[in-house]
Amino acid sequence: MTFAVVVFPGSNCDEDAHHAVTDVLGERAEYVWHKETDLKGADAVILPGGFAHGDYLRTGAMARFSPIMRAVRAFADAGGPVIGICNGFQILLEAGLLPGAMLRNRGLKYRCEHVYVRVEQTDTPFTCSARPGQVLRIPIGHGDGNYFAPPAVLQKIEANRQVILRYTDPDGRVPGAPGVDDKWNPNGSVNAIAGICSERRNVFGMMPHPERACEALLGGTDGRVILESLVAAFAGAR
Amino acid sequence: MMDSQVLERHGLKRDEYDRIVTFLGREPNLTELGIFSVMWSEHCSYKSSRVHLRTLPTEGPQVLQGPGENAGAVDIGDGLAAVFKIESHNHPSFIEPYQGAATGVGGIIRDIFTMGARPIALLNSLRFGSLAAPGTRRLLEGVVAGIAGYGNSIGIPTVGGEIVFEPCYAGNPLVNVFCLGIAPAAEIIKGVASGVGNAVYYVGAKTGRDGIHGATMASAEFDENSAEKRPAVQVGDPFMEKLLLEACLEVMKSDALVGIQDMGAAGLTCSTSEMGSRGGVGIEIDVSLVPQRETGMTPYEIMLSESQERMLLVVKRGREADVERIFDKWDLHAVRIGEVTADGRLRVRDRGTPVADIPNRALTDEAPVYRRPMSEPEYLKDAQRLDLAALPPPSPDGQAALLGLLASPTIATKRWAYRQYDHMVRTNTINLPGLGAGVVRVKGTDRALAMAVDGNGRYCYLDPRRGAMLAVAEAARNVACSGGRPLAATNCLNFGNPERPAIMWQFAQAVEGIGEACRALGVPITGGNVSLYNETDGHAVYPTPVIGVVGLLEHADRVVSGRFKAAGDVVLLLGEGRGELGGSEYLKLVYDQVRGVPPALDLDRERALQDLLVTLADGRLVRSADDCSDGGIAVTLAECCFGARGIGADISIDAAGVSNDGRLDAAAALFGESASRVVVSVGADNVSRVMDQATAAGVPVRVIGQTGGTRLRIAIAGRVTIDVSIDDAERAWAAAIGSYFEKKIA
Repeated sequence: MTFAVVVFPGSNCDEDAHHAVTDVLGERAEYVWHKETDLKGADAVILPGGFAHGDYLRTGAMARFSPIMRAVRAFADAGGPVIGICNGFQILLEAGLLPGAMLRNRGLKYRCEHVYVRVEQTDTPFTCSARPGQVLRIPIGHGDGNYFAPPAVLQKIEANRQVILRYTDPDGRVPGAPGVDDKWNPNGSVNAIAGICSERRNVFGMMPHPERACEALLGGTDGRVILESLVAAFAGAR
Repeated sequence: MMDSQVLERHGLKRDEYDRIVTFLGREPNLTELGIFSVMWSEHCSYKSSRVHLRTLPTEGPQVLQGPGENAGAVDIGDGLAAVFKIESHNHPSFIEPYQGAATGVGGIIRDIFTMGARPIALLNSLRFGSLAAPGTRRLLEGVVAGIAGYGNSIGIPTVGGEIVFEPCYAGNPLVNVFCLGIAPAAEIIKGVASGVGNAVYYVGAKTGRDGIHGATMASAEFDENSAEKRPAVQVGDPFMEKLLLEACLEVMKSDALVGIQDMGAAGLTCSTSEMGSRGGVGIEIDVSLVPQRETGMTPYEIMLSESQERMLLVVKRGREADVERIFDKWDLHAVRIGEVTADGRLRVRDRGTPVADIPNRALTDEAPVYRRPMSEPEYLKDAQRLDLAALPPPSPDGQAALLGLLASPTIATKRWAYRQYDHMVRTNTINLPGLGAGVVRVKGTDRALAMAVDGNGRYCYLDPRRGAMLAVAEAARNVACSGGRPLAATNCLNFGNPERPAIMWQFAQAVEGIGEACRALGVPITGGNVSLYNETDGHAVYPTPVIGVVGLLEHADRVVSGRFKAAGDVVLLLGEGRGELGGSEYLKLVYDQVRGVPPALDLDRERALQDLLVTLADGRLVRSADDCSDGGIAVTLAECCFGARGIGADISIDAAGVSNDGRLDAAAALFGESASRVVVSVGADNVSRVMDQATAAGVPVRVIGQTGGTRLRIAIAGRVTIDVSIDDAERAWAAAIGSYFEKKIA
């Protein structure tokens, strides 16, 4: 299986995603420069973390104008799996490939630490190898990860089961529920949303960094299941 | 003839001016005077410090590049080099904390990638006034946000560091930043110009009026007018730096490059004259070709601007198009602004008209060197006197004192700060911040690099020579605790006004101490930075040498962290406590005194201890290792207990016989800061092997207890003095810094 890792000039997790896919999972990955116009026949697309164009205006706001995004949209329209991680998630929101928007973190500060997320749905190419309700310990690293959607949109994505990952405490309990400290929601996201997919379930954005949790040496391997799901879904589809 | 006011504004003395006239054989024009003033500033010329720095050990089989280039480099095997340096941005950070700190990070990153290395880790060492004092929170918040804003954006993890709070830094915070990168050992790039006729290129951000005379500002004391110097602080653009970083590394791979240097302090002036001087050639440029952000800039302003994110390149003839193509890819515009000449002079033109013509060597190697007068400070004899018998009985007692120390901002966890730093990007970080030395694996190899920055201004205030030795020892010990064999060091020397003999004495003593410790511990100095004039209204900071040490682990997965790992492990103390309270955090907290002499240091014993730690880690014989420093063994033991799961311990140590009436013996045992001590935890079946190896290495060793339970109990001479729940202790330690900032939002 071949992944395309899209490289914007300010991407800084592109090499990490490439490393996780190739050196850890043993799959193939190709870098695709943002000025390019085709995805070179890749089977899945990763929009990695970083600060695509410096993001001084708004995270991901300019990246949707990069030439490669036309190809990413076409790939998604054809049903191909696209995963946006952190800044990649922000770009998917700005590009309109996913609903909602990102606000500044509730605490107004950048936060880098391990968090817990619960897998809400497993009928996606990004979570098909996970157990429903499985709690993953994965790092975040962002200043603008406070997911927001207006009530109508929120209601719709919840009803459509598009919320794929939710921040929880280590036992999988959602912050805000009785007896569960709100500190487990690291950025104030509405409904503790950490990751959502598109209506067709083939475009997925998540704020935590699965590529940072693929090796025991780095303190945990819970992120692997996201990338392994993509590999399994691809194998299953063939 | 320049009048004395003009000279004073340029920070030049009359005899220095006379020297300029001699070099030129004529009076300088104003542009030339400006060029001399920045190159001969303390910041660029090291004129007060050079004679002392020459005494430092800089060589060793592992050293690939010593001082004199943009950064030092050491061999780490597999054909790779670790390139690293530390630098200060103290003065700008006081005037504008966010941008001052951010551009400090930007500057040190450029120093590293200029050498052809990809930066993979950052550390920082910060000092502020008391956290309770007005102004400190604004400075701390701004500096931390600035470091985060720059490092996070460019995607280099901040993997460790230190933050110290002490009143002497209130008017003059210290912001020292360290960066480490990896390069193929055979492909280290130098900041050297050569090849007459080769093109000189300018690339990066446009030149503005920001930062003019920044180097001169960093070479003067502060007073009530310092806020007016704000325009001399530069503004950082990490996205531009990211583009420069990627583009420059790509250009370096292309074999089209002769040399490259970043434009840091003294901007275009420094980069042109230093590159020319190193290569024994001249450089001629035309400032009208320099991309400018503002209209009407004079040659003087263009030459002295310290606008950030700019690089100067010398390109091989015939390869210009290759280089331009790479920069185009990154949407950067590389502009040819001049060429290399044969005559060793810096020639500046403006639309063809000559505006400056100076021999390069006059600006670099021939800059003034001063052997400034020195004398022992008057305060010293009295400050070193510590009569424990004259102190009132300690209050609070052992347990409350421990909780107080854990909550003292210098000792408390710095999580508030480091969780604002992306410390995991690049997926190499295997010892996260707060666990001792920062450790990153080196992808493509089995190895890892450990790094730590340490300093103790209080010790250096009481004895600069010993204090500096202790700083070297502690940084190297932290690296060794993680399993890294210390390879080399970089230093950042923060002192007051060198024109005062007492300050110069402190400086000379500290450099001697660093030299002696580095020689004994086998860690040569490969570069660094001197920051003088750290004074406001005549009050100097404590003499504060900060030492960064880099070490190598042959096997990344044998890394050791400071936390206890399992219940039932045996706790051992390597080294001996002597109950030394001089200059300790305890003495400050309980008696509000900074007195006495710092702990003694036997460098042979320290070396033996560090060698042992590396051997034990490599043999997978220890589960955790944490050195005893601020707050003594009690604080170390508490920190060993903290962690996701929190593991308690039952400990028994001897009293320290330090006072006739015995009333401080327990406190001295718990909180004395004797050097060369490390607490290790060991699986029960490995205890005898560890003890045998320690004994064979000549390192004192004894079993002091066992891990387990949810409480930390410490008995002194059989009497339980501390019995505290890990949760309570950790709460005090975890909440301290954040509590100063707590604002409940939503």
